[in-house]
Amino acid sequence: MFGAIIARAFYSLVGLSILFGLWWYGGWLLESNPATMGFADFGPGPTYDAIPYLFGEGIIQEASITSGSRLGIGLLLAIVTGIPIGILMGRSKVFKKLSNTPFQFLRMVSPLSWEPIAVIALPTWNQAIIFLISMAAVWPIAFATAAGLAKLDPAWFKVARNLGATWLDVLKEIILPAIAFDVLTGIRLALGVAWIVIVPAEFLGITSGLGYTIQDSRENLDYASLAVTILVIGVIGFLMDGICLAAIKRFSWHHK
Amino acid sequence: MTKRGVHIAVNNLSHRYAARGPVTFDQVNLVSLPGEVLAIIGRSGCGKSTLLHIMAGLLPPTAGEITIDDSQVKEPSPKWVMMFQAPHLFPWMKVSQNVGIGLKFANWSEDRIKERVEKTIKLVDLEEHAESNVQDLSGGQQQRVALARSLVMEPEMLLLDEPFSALDAFTRAALQKDVRLIAKDLGINLVIVTHSIDEAVLMADRAVIMAGSPGQIEEEIVVSLPEERNAQDPEVQKIRGHLMETFRRVSTVEN
Repeated sequence: MFGAIIARAFYSLVGLSILFGLWWYGGWLLESNPATMGFADFGPGPTYDAIPYLFGEGIIQEASITSGSRLGIGLLLAIVTGIPIGILMGRSKVFKKLSNTPFQFLRMVSPLSWEPIAVIALPTWNQAIIFLISMAAVWPIAFATAAGLAKLDPAWFKVARNLGATWLDVLKEIILPAIAFDVLTGIRLALGVAWIVIVPAEFLGITSGLGYTIQDSRENLDYASLAVTILVIGVIGFLMDGICLAAIKRFSWHHK
Repeated sequence: MTKRGVHIAVNNLSHRYAARGPVTFDQVNLVSLPGEVLAIIGRSGCGKSTLLHIMAGLLPPTAGEITIDDSQVKEPSPKWVMMFQAPHLFPWMKVSQNVGIGLKFANWSEDRIKERVEKTIKLVDLEEHAESNVQDLSGGQQQRVALARSLVMEPEMLLLDEPFSALDAFTRAALQKDVRLIAKDLGINLVIVTHSIDEAVLMADRAVIMAGSPGQIEEEIVVSLPEERNAQDPEVQKIRGHLMETFRRVSTVEN
C-alpha cells in the first residue's frame, strides 16, 4: 500500500519533470531564434518571475474566484437539471425513446456555438457564460445518471416495495446511493469539459475571470502572465479532478 | 414473542399476464392455517411463482382474491414479505443496514431499529458479520441476511420463491432446517415455492402440487413428520416417495 503510493508519487514527479524539461527546452528554442525571441517570456524563468506580481496584486486570485464561481453555478445548474433528466431516461422507456435522438444531437453541438444565442437571450454576459458551462456539463451528467440506472437490479425495487417503501424512500435509499458512483463519474467528466469551456467563453464581452486574464495578457504581449495563468488553470483543474476522484472512491460500493 | 400466524385463503384465483395472452393459472383455491408451512411444488411455467407474487401483493390477480385473516391482499405489505431466489441485498449497505431498511421505511427511530436489528441478526446467526459489507459474505450468509431483512418486519407470512436453489447442498440443508425452526418458533406462516421434492418434505407441513397449463392445484399431501427431520429417515423417505410418485402421476397426466 505504502509502496504503491511512493511509486505513484515517483512516476508523477518524473512525468512532471519531463513536462517541465520540455517547457524549458521550448522556451530556450524561442529565445535562441531571433524570429521568435519576442515570445521568450513563455519560458519557465520569466514565468517564475511574474508570479509574485500577479499574486501580490491579487490578479490571479480574483480571476480564479470569478471563474470558479461561474463554474460552480453552471455546474450546479447542470447537476440539478442533468440528474432528473438522467433518472427520467433511466426509468421511463418512453422518455428515453423520445429524448435519445434530440439529446444525442444537442450533445454533439459545441457549447461555445450557443454563445451568440445566449448573449441575445440572457441579460448579462456573465449569465451567458454560466449558460454555456451548463450546456457543456449537463450531458455527461444526464447520460452517466441514465447509465447508472440501467445497471440497477430491478428486484431491488420489488424488495423495497415489499418492505413498505414509498417512492421517496426508493429515491433516497435505493436509487441515489446506487447511482452515486455513476453520477459522480458524470460530474467529474462534466467538470473537465466545463473547465475547458470556461476559458474561451470568458474571452469575449467581460473583463474578469481566467479566460479574460489570458486574453488581456495576449493583447498586452505579456506572455509571462499568460503562462502563469495557464499554469494556474492546470493546477486548479487538477485539484478539482482530484476532489472528484476522492468523492467517487468514497461513494463507490462496487466491490474492491 | 407472541405467535402471529394467519389464516390464508386463496379463492378462485386466476391470472393472465396480457388481456389476450395465455392463462397462467385458473380457478385456484387454497387454504393455509395459522403457523403452517405450505410448499407449492410444480414444474417451470405452471404459475407457482406468479401465485406467490400475487400472495405478496406484488402482482394483481385477473380474477379471484386472496384474504389473510379478514384483509384482502391488494398491495405489498411488510406483513407478508417475500424472499427471492437471489438475496437481492443492497450492496452499498452493511449487514445491519440491510436488515433494518424496512424499519427505516416505516420511520422507526434509530435506537428502536438498532435494538430490533440486533435481535434479528442474532436469530439468523450472523452477529459476527453485523458490521460487514454484504458483498464480503458467502451466498448462504447473504441469504441469511435476506431472511433477517424479512423477519425484522415481524411478518405474519413469509413467502419464499425457491430461495435456496442457488446455494450449495450443505448451506441449503442448514438453511432449510433453520428457516423452518425460526418460522415455527415465531408461529408465522411459510409458503415455499420449490422445484425440489426433498425441500418440500424437509420443510413443509403440507405440500400441494401444481401442474398443467393453465396451472391447477392437482394434489395435496400432508407431510406428517416430526420436527427433527433427516433426509435418511425411513419416514422421510416414505413421504418423499409418495410425493415423488404423485408428482410423476400428475405430470404424466399433464403430458
